[in-house]
Amino acid sequence: MTSMSGIRADEPARALPAASEQALVAALRRGDEAAFARLVELHTPSMLRLAGRYVRSRSVAEDVVQETWVALLEGLDRFEERATVKTWLFRVLLNIARTRAVRERRVVPMSALDGDGGDDGPTVDPARFLPPDAAGWPRHWASTPYDWRDRPELVALSREMLETVRRALEGLPERQRTVVELRDVDGLSAEEVCAVLGLSGANQRVLLHRGRARIRQAIEDVLDGPR
Amino acid sequence: MTGPGQDCQDVVELVTDYLEDALDPDTRSRVRGHLAECDGCEVYVDQMRRTAAVLGAGDPLPLEPPMRDRLLTAFRDWAADRTPPS
Ligand SMILES: [Zn+2]
Repeated sequence: MTSMSGIRADEPARALPAASEQALVAALRRGDEAAFARLVELHTPSMLRLAGRYVRSRSVAEDVVQETWVALLEGLDRFEERATVKTWLFRVLLNIARTRAVRERRVVPMSALDGDGGDDGPTVDPARFLPPDAAGWPRHWASTPYDWRDRPELVALSREMLETVRRALEGLPERQRTVVELRDVDGLSAEEVCAVLGLSGANQRVLLHRGRARIRQAIEDVLDGPR
Repeated sequence: MTGPGQDCQDVVELVTDYLEDALDPDTRSRVRGHLAECDGCEVYVDQMRRTAAVLGAGDPLPLEPPMRDRLLTAFRDWAADRTPPS
């Protein structure tokens, strides 16, 4: 097992291969509307969701998203082939959304990006482990977690399961939620998330770890034991 | 028999760094050795992987037609300004 393969293989197919993305940028430069429509279809829903975290209303979020697309078009000639369109879009979107949020005097989430928001306890209930002074196997699982591999709720993904995960995601602290959404829902890479949010790799991983661990717990609460 | 990566309670906090390939080589090999022998942690790693997969498994959000039309209009305005009709 290589380290990343499990996650990478499961990532949603919402990104374009690099070659076709470059082709799209070239098409945009030629004024190809179909290419623009395709990109818009791919990224706008995630952009609206992210903008909605920062500004008060849906209509302001839509303005922010439109401004971002127009900025992309107007910056096309200066667009570096090295950057991906997605990273560029999300980064510019956040800049515009934050500026709007300041104008609206809203508290800006992700403004203090170091640490993990005072949420620094263990991510698994210590009661799940034998005590540090236990004879034999201190700090090992008191009882083994249940294997999820054959759980039908996860194989077929019941509506209830998707709803559980959605609610758990909504309940995460702001920065954890943003990182988990960008990584696991939108399929950005670690590097892309760091670039978009201005996070160090280590901070990105802490937020991802804490967020995923909470959602894992929510899934476990629903599955609640062996079949 | 010391150092991070030895006990289950350490390993569960290293899972994401492990999956992201961000552990130093010593810690990484300790975690690997632990996982090879510990059913509980092996299951836990699998659960964290599955959690990430479930998050990505929902249907992509739909783009509502009014928003799409609005963006396409913006595109046409941009294209018209840029290349004057010949
Ligand atoms: Zn273990």
